[in-house]
Amino acid sequence: MTQPTINPPFWLLAELTYRCPLHCVFCYNPVNYDSIKNELDTDAWIRVMREARALGAAQIGFSGGEPLLRDDLDILVAEARRLGFYTNLITSGVGLTEKKIVSLKQAGLDHIQLSFQDSTQEMNDFLSSTKTFELKKKVAALIKKYDYPMVMNVVLHRHNIPHIDKIIDMALDLSAEYLELANTQYYGWAMKNRQQLLPTREQLVTAEATVNAYREKIGKQCKLLFVVPDYFEERPKACMNGWGSIFLGIAPDGAALPCHNARELPGLQIPNVKEYSIQEIWHESQAFNFFRGDSWMQEPCRSCSEKEKDFGGCRCQAFLLTGDPAATDPVCAKSPNHHVVKLAISEAAASAKAETSKEFPLIFRTDANSKRYVR
Amino acid sequence: MSEPTPAQLPEHPRLNRLFRLQWEEAQQAYVLLYPEGMVKLNLSAAEILKRCDGEHTINQIIAELEQAFSEADLRDPVEGMLRAAFEKDWIQ
Repeated sequence: MTQPTINPPFWLLAELTYRCPLHCVFCYNPVNYDSIKNELDTDAWIRVMREARALGAAQIGFSGGEPLLRDDLDILVAEARRLGFYTNLITSGVGLTEKKIVSLKQAGLDHIQLSFQDSTQEMNDFLSSTKTFELKKKVAALIKKYDYPMVMNVVLHRHNIPHIDKIIDMALDLSAEYLELANTQYYGWAMKNRQQLLPTREQLVTAEATVNAYREKIGKQCKLLFVVPDYFEERPKACMNGWGSIFLGIAPDGAALPCHNARELPGLQIPNVKEYSIQEIWHESQAFNFFRGDSWMQEPCRSCSEKEKDFGGCRCQAFLLTGDPAATDPVCAKSPNHHVVKLAISEAAASAKAETSKEFPLIFRTDANSKRYVR
Repeated sequence: MSEPTPAQLPEHPRLNRLFRLQWEEAQQAYVLLYPEGMVKLNLSAAEILKRCDGEHTINQIIAELEQAFSEADLRDPVEGMLRAAFEKDWIQ
């Protein structure tokens, strides 16, 4: 075991706010988000961007919650672009008026990632607990009108994965350059709803075949990104490409996060940008060094020949499923806890069999529900 | 209309608008940035892509590079690189 070398951060995720007009059942935001107030102000965000860029970060994602709810979004985008970031807006589209899209273009925004929940109004609006489908379609047209590259993002789960062909057709209709068919990852609100969201293996096999058939047919017209959810794999994902390796997330309140959900992990002292520079946070903080390299690993990871490839998987998943954030990600077939993943799959399959079309008890991401999870 | 190989390449190659070419101090390299990603370029690839502005023809690109680097016979490597770039959608 050697001291890990520290590479510059590559991806700065600026979670500008946890406020959001949508209430998606699969949101990865912390379930107690409602208790996290004190959003960073414009000057603080500008300092964060400058310091991260100076360290070498090249991509910035403006996300949330819904980043368009911040009045200073144009200012932040303009500064990010001036600093040389490739600027990505990750949005539900709610609030993206023509006026706004023009001012963001002037600010130098490079790319917009627009989320949809499904290809039909009924399911889109149900899953986000809003009436936003028609609006999103209008926004997609505006994105094209102002010649932005468009990545469409649809989070997949048991209830929309059977419509994957319709979802791809919709992306083609709306001239998206990329379609991210992102299988739900089970953290935050999604974990609360896992039994209702986890697809069945049969659904996944069918979906993957459909995606492959479309790839053959459409060529370069739209790039389809589809990754089998890790619960159904034999090896874990290389989460964050390794801890403290490329990803730097800044939460609305200034908490600096080595992964989106690091706040949930016990034992970490999460640094805040209000108290430390990005240089100190990235290089010296306890949290960013905690799972860097491999000296923290247990067996079977420690002696595994694949540890350089997947870095032991996801720390948050290890914690959520085993109670120990340093355990091998139980998605791995070598994990002594792998049975918990198998059990989740079979329970979800049983629940899929039992449920009648739309009568499933989902917990929506709302302020009222969030208040119940405040610790 | 178009001739067979190697003219499958566009006559006036232009960098795909999804990509931005820039110098990265931290990488000490030119990179291509695109939605949520980055490709690090070697020097010759960067010199070629810099000239993919939709105005230069492939012949002009080759001539400029041969002059700039005082080398002859750059046609094969330049066209090879452009074909790879076209495959990857970096140029249109």
